[in-house]
Amino acid sequence: MGTLSERILGASAGEYVDRVVDRAYVHDGTGVLTLEAWKSMGAKRIQDATHLHVLFDHIVPANNSTTATLQHELREFARSSFLHFSDIGGGICHQIMSEGVVLPGEVVVGADSHACTPGAFGAFATGVGATDMAAIWMTGETWFRVPESIGIHLSGTFTGAAEAKDLALTYVSRLGMDGASYQALEFIGEGTAALPMDDRLTLCNLVVETGAKAGMFYADDVTVQYLATVGHAVKPQEPEPCRYVQELDFDLSDIVPVIAVPPRVDTIKPVHDLAGLPLDQVFVGTCTNGRYADLARFARIVKGRKVAIRTIVVPASRAVLQEAIRTGVLADIVEAGCTIGTPGCGPCLGAHMGVLGEGEVCLSTANRNFKNRMGVGGEIYLSSVATAAASALEGEISVPGVS
Amino acid sequence: MQGKGRAVCVGADIDTDLVIAGRYLRTKDHSVWVAHVFEDLDPSLAGRLNGAVIVAGKNFGCGSSREQAAIAIRDAGVVAVVAPSFARIFFRNAINVGLPLIECDLICREGTGVLFDLAEGWVEVGGKKDSTRPLSHKMQEILAAGGLVNYWRTHG
Repeated sequence: MGTLSERILGASAGEYVDRVVDRAYVHDGTGVLTLEAWKSMGAKRIQDATHLHVLFDHIVPANNSTTATLQHELREFARSSFLHFSDIGGGICHQIMSEGVVLPGEVVVGADSHACTPGAFGAFATGVGATDMAAIWMTGETWFRVPESIGIHLSGTFTGAAEAKDLALTYVSRLGMDGASYQALEFIGEGTAALPMDDRLTLCNLVVETGAKAGMFYADDVTVQYLATVGHAVKPQEPEPCRYVQELDFDLSDIVPVIAVPPRVDTIKPVHDLAGLPLDQVFVGTCTNGRYADLARFARIVKGRKVAIRTIVVPASRAVLQEAIRTGVLADIVEAGCTIGTPGCGPCLGAHMGVLGEGEVCLSTANRNFKNRMGVGGEIYLSSVATAAASALEGEISVPGVS
Repeated sequence: MQGKGRAVCVGADIDTDLVIAGRYLRTKDHSVWVAHVFEDLDPSLAGRLNGAVIVAGKNFGCGSSREQAAIAIRDAGVVAVVAPSFARIFFRNAINVGLPLIECDLICREGTGVLFDLAEGWVEVGGKKDSTRPLSHKMQEILAAGGLVNYWRTHG
């Protein structure tokens, strides 16, 4: 009996537990500090690397020699210590962990705030900083405060041009930027059954924007079938009676396309209210919306037409890119005039390619629109893929049509 | 564990991009982070942080997990951060690098003295004492060791 967090962590909400971590991962951004902290702890070698991953995604390929040198050190360490290693071009850490690595019931920790993403598989997945990760490299475990949970009850199906991202921004707006601090969100109800894994990953990705520690779906037939395609036979998780500190209801048929206006993720407006706002750049990708279904949806809208402004599309992983090549989706995107980036985080964090100039405005499918994040003096509006596609074609914020 | 400092006031929902921007992260040189701490929030803040207690609004440290944010604040000479609530990854990071955090809803007056005792769980401003939410036993141990690196040096 209990919430999924309580069942996986084996204790009741509010209790502190030390737990062995089933999967732990860092990227090129947080891995450098993790390695430094791990060495400072006096550790000499990794005892057991079977559950440890290093994945390069933040600045790929390296933008200058300083970055290259830092990445070189981490790459050499990962290889010599036998950590699972994904070099530049492999893709975003959360995406690769979601392509057949994370399994239902696991305890997963990533040194990145969006490590909540693979909770979509019915895992307890959460983010930590570099020093916490160094201690996990050293001991194989870490401490958790078992979170209280909020039940996000879904019913109905999406209508019109609305998609999972619109629901994600809507629940963030409903809860606020700290509305779920220290808590977990559980997505439940009959509306979950029709949501494919890509949608579930988008919904779990945004939970940290409410302050939540984790977001999760119970593993069901959709999960079982998805994991079977990547070689894993798993069982569904049956929900049990449990206590939620709060329950929110969302009828998916009520969700409309929305945009989060800068500089807060929890401040949304219907796309209709912002229509006509001139844009300088559109960015489609990230751990929120860079999966194959996202690229395919984008391609369906822009196929045979030309984008009116610079538009950067970054597949979330090599597997996504390969699928987009195989099906012709990539050709449609390139023919529409878009620029393709190396699989990875792309311009989201404003540290290399695709940064904004002073006063420029970007519509992005990412998850953060904080001040100056993509470049000093630039403004970021967050939307769904369909809204981004419609807006790229017009060069201004545009209401997506029903595709 | 007692401490004191001058209050420096900041608002609510301060994200870690505002503490240290992504464009300054690709280095191991802590002085770069200290030089640019809070640059996108208020460039004048960096010069006022030595010996300060930052008094913030709710949800301090939300957003990215970048530990450089906690390191930059610590190395700038900040004695502690007081806020009604902290984002959870920042909370762990700060304790792990030995930066004391105090959960308390204070009305901030710039420059006034702030006294605190982490073990006893109180904070005092202008002669008025408020109780604070105590840290877990494990977090107190980590903080007392000066951070998680030192904790594991002695426990590992």
